[in-house]
Amino acid sequence: MSSVVDEASSGPKLARGFLASPAARSLIGGLAAAAAWLAVAVLITYWPDKPDSDWAYTEEFAALCGALTIPLALAAFAGIWFAGLQSVRRLAPWLIALALFLAAWETVTAKLGLLPLPFFPPPQAILEVVVDDRARLGACIFASFRLLAIGYFLGAAVGFVTGVAIGWSRLANYWIHPVLRFIGPLPATAWLPLAFFIFPSSFSASIFLIALATGFPVTVLTWSGVGGVNSAYYDIARTLGAGQRFLVLKVAIPAAMPHVFVGLFMGLGTSFAVLVVAEMLDVKAGLGWYLQWAQGWAAYANMYAALLIMALLCSGVITLLFRLRDRLLSWQKGLVRW
Amino acid sequence: MVVAAAPSEGAHPVNKNPVRGTTLTVREVSHSFDLEGQPLPVLDRINLRIGRGEFAALLGPSGCGKSTLLRLVAGLDSPSAGGLFVEGKAIEGPDPSRIVVFQDPTLYPWRTVWGNVALGLEARGLLRTHRERVEDALRLVGLSGFANAYPHQLSGGMSQRTALARALVNDPNLLILDEPLGQLDSLTRLTMQGELVSLWQRAGFTALLVTHDVEEALFLAGRVIVLSERPAQIRAEIVNGLPYPRHRGDPHLAELRREVFAHLGLDAIW
Repeated sequence: MSSVVDEASSGPKLARGFLASPAARSLIGGLAAAAAWLAVAVLITYWPDKPDSDWAYTEEFAALCGALTIPLALAAFAGIWFAGLQSVRRLAPWLIALALFLAAWETVTAKLGLLPLPFFPPPQAILEVVVDDRARLGACIFASFRLLAIGYFLGAAVGFVTGVAIGWSRLANYWIHPVLRFIGPLPATAWLPLAFFIFPSSFSASIFLIALATGFPVTVLTWSGVGGVNSAYYDIARTLGAGQRFLVLKVAIPAAMPHVFVGLFMGLGTSFAVLVVAEMLDVKAGLGWYLQWAQGWAAYANMYAALLIMALLCSGVITLLFRLRDRLLSWQKGLVRW
Repeated sequence: MVVAAAPSEGAHPVNKNPVRGTTLTVREVSHSFDLEGQPLPVLDRINLRIGRGEFAALLGPSGCGKSTLLRLVAGLDSPSAGGLFVEGKAIEGPDPSRIVVFQDPTLYPWRTVWGNVALGLEARGLLRTHRERVEDALRLVGLSGFANAYPHQLSGGMSQRTALARALVNDPNLLILDEPLGQLDSLTRLTMQGELVSLWQRAGFTALLVTHDVEEALFLAGRVIVLSERPAQIRAEIVNGLPYPRHRGDPHLAELRREVFAHLGLDAIW
């Protein structure tokens, strides 16, 4: 009797077992995401745009959304055999939400025209900008990135050395600390008018400002890192025969690195702000300038495109910094994952 | 002040083959801290002589100034009065021939076990020529398999062993042990006590141990110097002539323990 019951329930149990397995869940999640993007593509293609609107790139945008279904579906099926692709399951809710967002955006702009123009263009208008204006956007990305990289590295290097100096040397602390206290809290943007006047070019002025914005947090946090080093670390090194050089380079600096990275992270945030403001005001290149220029032409699609690119760029740079930190500070426990 | 035994060399067991040991002389050393403008006396006219290859223990109540005396011996601080001498030469600062193992292992968290042990050689620019000594030291403390581990992955006993290896790699003449086993659980502690003795017997350094554990002092040392409460004075010196390896259950140890407790004023609870 009981064996019959067991046999009867084993079928559904097996099925339930498969449905609960990671492979099945990644298959279902991946297929759901693929279906959502296919639905977006269908919606864009077969629901005609609002009469009298002439949005270019509608078909291309639909094709792009539709094309996304192929790798998604492939990944969903491949997840059954390759555990590495089962991360589709984790991404699926976001992919579906993104598809819904695009569908809603497309509906209220191109299809129904509920939102006022030109402030709220449909998504294909942004695709149009990215494709048609790619040369100018590319040049702007390059200009922004160059300015940021030079200014940030200069500021970080000077800030790091200054921070170590005032954390280590009493003399340096005596002379630099008051200057730092007086000038550091001043927002770097307050220097803008003066900097563009003093420096020979707006490029060098911007580099100065970005370096200034980066340098202050890096200095303060490096200093506090060096100042907060457990004095027992120095005792140990001294009894083992370490000289001053060793104490600074091999004890103080490595011990201060977690603080230094907080400073580098904060400096990166402020340097983004200064970069955009400097480009908007005086540098006739870069994404900040592009934003300003697009606004002058009331080209809102261009602004959204520039914002999107800027967000990707900033997030990418911060990700890089965190990757570097994870690599260098792998000895630390419980690092925050970016 | 009771002096149980006059300190004289040869009266107590020293290491049979003292290869590198040194003599330490502490002469009329007094030391005080500045506490909000008031001098706080910590050490009061301490006189000590520790022979080559000897294992001596400083025993005293918590906060009596034992660790202060150690810092003076290590050269990390200078005494307010009196002098400390190694082989007749005044101690003027830290020197890699006198290494301290602190109560807290204080490993550098950013360095692997190997990197921590290599610290002394690296600081003195000897790492390139004496690399193999790092491996030797790790083998000596039984951590060869953990060279690439980071300190946060180690247990308390392993951390303290790493700290020991970091000291031993420098071939110290004088190993100063500041309650090195104080933070370990009791089983690890017993194991490490045995390991300390065999390390000392093999390496032949002079050892100066600070502890407030009477059993530990008597089990390890050839001579136990009992300090009074702050400001610390030498209250007694007890020579323990038992040969190594010792057995914890030895009746002679129990006798000595009673004697030490009496000097610490704890015979009532015994």
